[in-house]
Amino acid sequence: MSGIDFDIAHLLAGSLVLISLMMLYQDRLTALINVFAAQAVTLALSVAWQAYIQGAPHLYVTAAIALIFKALVIPLALHRIIRALGIHRELDQALSVGPAMLAGIGLVALSLVVMLGVTGETDRLAREDFAFALAVVLLGLLMMVTRRNAIGLVVGFMSLENGLVLAATGAKGMPLVVEISVAFSVLIAFIVIGVFLFRIRERFETVDLAALDRFRGERR
Amino acid sequence: MTALHAVLLIPAFAAATLALLPAYRLSAAVNVAACLATLGVALSLVFVRPPDGLYLRVDDLSVVFIVLSAFVGFTTSVFSASYIAHEVEIGRLTPARLRFYHAMYQVLMFAMNLALVANNIGLMWVAIELATLTTVMMVAVYRTHEAIEAAWKYFILGSVGIALALFGTILVYVAAEPVVGQGLAGMVWTVLIAKAHGFDPALLDLAFVFLMLGYGTKVGLAPLHAWLPDAHAEGPTPISAVLSGLLLNVALYAILRFKMLLAANPAAIAPGPLMIVMGLVSLIFAAFMLYRRRDIKRLFAYSSIEHMGVIAFAFGMGGPLANFAGLLHMTMHSLTKSAIFFNVGHVAQVKGTQAIADIRGLTVSHPVLGWTLTASVMAIAGLPPFGIFTSEFLVVSSTFARQPLLAVPLVFGLIVAFGALLMQVQHLAFGEPSPGGAPAKASYLPMFGHLALVLAAGVFFPPLITSWFQHVARMLG
Repeated sequence: MSGIDFDIAHLLAGSLVLISLMMLYQDRLTALINVFAAQAVTLALSVAWQAYIQGAPHLYVTAAIALIFKALVIPLALHRIIRALGIHRELDQALSVGPAMLAGIGLVALSLVVMLGVTGETDRLAREDFAFALAVVLLGLLMMVTRRNAIGLVVGFMSLENGLVLAATGAKGMPLVVEISVAFSVLIAFIVIGVFLFRIRERFETVDLAALDRFRGERR
Repeated sequence: MTALHAVLLIPAFAAATLALLPAYRLSAAVNVAACLATLGVALSLVFVRPPDGLYLRVDDLSVVFIVLSAFVGFTTSVFSASYIAHEVEIGRLTPARLRFYHAMYQVLMFAMNLALVANNIGLMWVAIELATLTTVMMVAVYRTHEAIEAAWKYFILGSVGIALALFGTILVYVAAEPVVGQGLAGMVWTVLIAKAHGFDPALLDLAFVFLMLGYGTKVGLAPLHAWLPDAHAEGPTPISAVLSGLLLNVALYAILRFKMLLAANPAAIAPGPLMIVMGLVSLIFAAFMLYRRRDIKRLFAYSSIEHMGVIAFAFGMGGPLANFAGLLHMTMHSLTKSAIFFNVGHVAQVKGTQAIADIRGLTVSHPVLGWTLTASVMAIAGLPPFGIFTSEFLVVSSTFARQPLLAVPLVFGLIVAFGALLMQVQHLAFGEPSPGGAPAKASYLPMFGHLALVLAAGVFFPPLITSWFQHVARMLG
């Protein structure tokens, strides 16, 4: 593999991790959704580049799905939802910037140590891809843990799935069935979540998960 | 079309039909008929094995799960018919929701069967994801605060689990790629198991950690169990029975498949210790949680966590005897726990509540329900002559023979759980009956059938099934 191929793939995968870190400290929902859209665009570019250097045309489909669904349709729909719910100005921040960044950096370091340690024999690009993918997955998990708002949770979950797509495309020749199923499951997941959000709104007049906590525990 | 396709096509067609049928009595009957047909086809798989494909295959291990799942699916559909009739009467469910409920029931059967017959680890993942989404929607079917919260929690935890499992699946492919080559073969389970000895052990280890955490969430192992009690308590009771009796087993089946893969690679870590630790933690944690439950369905949900812990422990120990015990325990637990949920469903309907404090003296007010509940709780607590006694005895004795120190926490957990269940059933079944004396319009047949099987297994286990289970236990290594 020539130097420039590797560098571009590396740059795109690294950008995904950086954008994941940026998402950690976005305290406005609109900004959060925009950053997520940027991550989806980066993911689409990264997948398309992989398709080009691996000579695997079916990966372009995955890239297109990422671009259309994750970078356009879903962010637009989420913007509509938060405007319809009147929460687009709401602040949603569970961790402040400092601790969030420290935890995030810790997770990135952890995934680099773990993945580079075990993938000794795999080729260089795949190794880096997996390390970055694990970092994106873990950062997505961290985001899901720290967000109190249901929309933040949904975005966290989708950014976690971005990491999975990065890993799936990094694995050379992985059958298409998986990529499509990933994209498909995101779609289903999104519909389900959409239904749920509206139901939650209907019942609780808010999408703040703290309101749900009142119903936690056993019936008295 | 072989029997293998039929176990998938019957539920799929039934789901499509049920989505269109408006009358709920008819759709309940269609639901039962479809489940019966699936059961018949599943039984035929025991005798006639279709050839392996790249996507689908049945072997001696999966056929045990398929038959069990088709059987409990069938009895639950019989129970469901009488259960929902009451729910419609009191207006908790509308006909439109019922149509959705019946269609989803068959989609769930389809997804579980697909996960069990998949010969492709990617396809298996898709099937388990589909089963998760289906059950999420079924848990939310009552649209109450509690149901929506339970479904939401289940959905989020389940999705994270599923996502981790996918990462593990990708890592297995990466480990396989240098040996098997690129493309579809790298995901076909029969190819993987044949060539597993050449895979990179470090990658396999890491993959198993993700798979264990991911599918372990769906098995309900502590500390990833948080969704399970809520989902059981707030959904319709037939779904609680299917969740406990079947879906947990399907996720466990996925873990077992990958455990076999690791066992085939001599350099990889032994998957056993991880399963043993998670199993023991689940067992002891759930055993203590049983004492302070206030909701009857939540009580038995925690009991499911406890038993899944025992089963994960047994399979983690490995070896022919412990695997045999694990398989037996899984079968007995599925039968007993779904019988309990059938019973509890009717109890909650006649009493109009799920609060344990408001249910007393069942043996006086509803002798049949009360005594059946007592018997089945005795069975789940592990008293002889029921089958769970046999399987728990085997788990404990095989552990004593090999790792006596591990048997201490195991026995401790079992005794704690036993005490809790005894205490709770005494309160539920005996004493002055609480208000709510309406005669039960129950379908007793499913719970009697299950209990009879559990009792029969405890008294006399047919040698044919014994040798079958022994064979499967050896396969599991």
